[in-house]
Amino acid sequence: MKVLAEKHKLATRWFHWLNFPLLAAMIFSGILIYWAYDPYRIGIGGHTLFHFFPNWFYDLTGVAQNLALGMALHFAFAWLFVINGIAYMLYTLISGEWRELAPDRNSFREALQVTMHDMGFKVPLPPQGRYNGAQRITYSAIVLMGGFSILTGLAIFKPAQLHWLTAALGGYEWARWEHFWLTMGYVAFFVIHIAQVIRAGWANFRAMVCGYDLVNIDASHEEPVAEVTHGN
Amino acid sequence: MATDQSNNSSTPEQELKRRSRRSFIGLGAGAVIAVGAWEWLNSAPLQDEIPGPLRRVLGFNERVVRAAIYGQGHLVKTYPASAIGKLKVNGDIGMEMPLDTADWSLNLAPMGGPERKLTLDDVRSLPRTEEIIDFKCVEGWSTVTQFAGARLSDFTAKFAAGSESAAFVAMWTPSKDYYVGVDMPSALHPQTLLAYEMNGQPLTDRHGAPLRMVMPVKYGIKNIKRIGRIEYTNERPADYWAEQGYDYYSGL
Repeated sequence: MKVLAEKHKLATRWFHWLNFPLLAAMIFSGILIYWAYDPYRIGIGGHTLFHFFPNWFYDLTGVAQNLALGMALHFAFAWLFVINGIAYMLYTLISGEWRELAPDRNSFREALQVTMHDMGFKVPLPPQGRYNGAQRITYSAIVLMGGFSILTGLAIFKPAQLHWLTAALGGYEWARWEHFWLTMGYVAFFVIHIAQVIRAGWANFRAMVCGYDLVNIDASHEEPVAEVTHGN
Repeated sequence: MATDQSNNSSTPEQELKRRSRRSFIGLGAGAVIAVGAWEWLNSAPLQDEIPGPLRRVLGFNERVVRAAIYGQGHLVKTYPASAIGKLKVNGDIGMEMPLDTADWSLNLAPMGGPERKLTLDDVRSLPRTEEIIDFKCVEGWSTVTQFAGARLSDFTAKFAAGSESAAFVAMWTPSKDYYVGVDMPSALHPQTLLAYEMNGQPLTDRHGAPLRMVMPVKYGIKNIKRIGRIEYTNERPADYWAEQGYDYYSGL
């Protein structure tokens, strides 16, 4: 027998879908700023494998020559991004929802199993609650990274007034480096996240929008058993 | 896990369909609103080269920062001489022509007082203050640099006593092509200098000889080179880069 089961709380869905355009605006304006001084690269010694960013990227996105606009956008959208992030943190802490998200002692072993399974190895999926081990670790890391983006951002924004913060993060130049690589982390997460959402299928995506999905009730159990929707 | 079996008049499938349709319409409406808001923002009338709403947020940010975290006692980090790097010349607006230093004088306009002309020796007569600070460009790079000169607070006390009550200090190059406006707390910050030396040498022409601002609580764009005129005023002065879209405050 199938019944309707709540997969994601209304508040969680609001925070998630608000964060998406806000983070997009932060990354876009961040690139406008980064363009003016773009020293970061991946390389070995003097040999550069990839420079952030090549000219074709600037040409493609048209972000060049927009430092002033980038700063103004960044320091405006930062308010909304931070308010949404803090509201989410308060919500998840007060409601107790964090317990479903924070990794527990099994999460790392489960995450390994999930990753192996997703990569095509014949590994059984561990039983899971709302989120599997890999999701718990990844989503918690993303929330934590958000906090560090705010801190490193403030350290670059006001290194004189918040000198203690800038110093704690390794100084002005390190704070900018950290701020940049945290952002690259979101971009990498976004790519994997989208791929996993596509893999997990329509019902999983629909649940993130409307909050509900159909689940089978096992006759021998009182509680409905969620279909295994892993990997987004 | 919460289940919803309250609605007995429809099957779970129908209920899911109903909720799903409602939510996707909501998501679509949200997307339209988000795109509309972005378009509205980016097509709003410009105020000094950036959309007006963004200019107002910059003003709001300035008020928040000045009320909540700015402190006259908040000093920027200073460095040992071994950390000094090579500060690049990043602008020559107002300094396109070579300056005849023999002909140079500093025009000073105190609050309500008569204007007067000062010489470099007048500035040198003030206590020499030296600092090795990380000079930060609005572009994102920074260079540890040593500067020596007179504190603007000492200068103000001696040559423009009473002008501390003004809201702003305005400065221009002799040609008036480059100009900055600085809020008084930042101008009177103990690390704000009228500098005549850099890295142990007299200022070079390209770095703003004979006298330049060094204000480590502001981005380099506020650190005007080759100062020709200083005025204390309550009217917010024009600012070259703020007119080009940058934050007027530009405080660090």
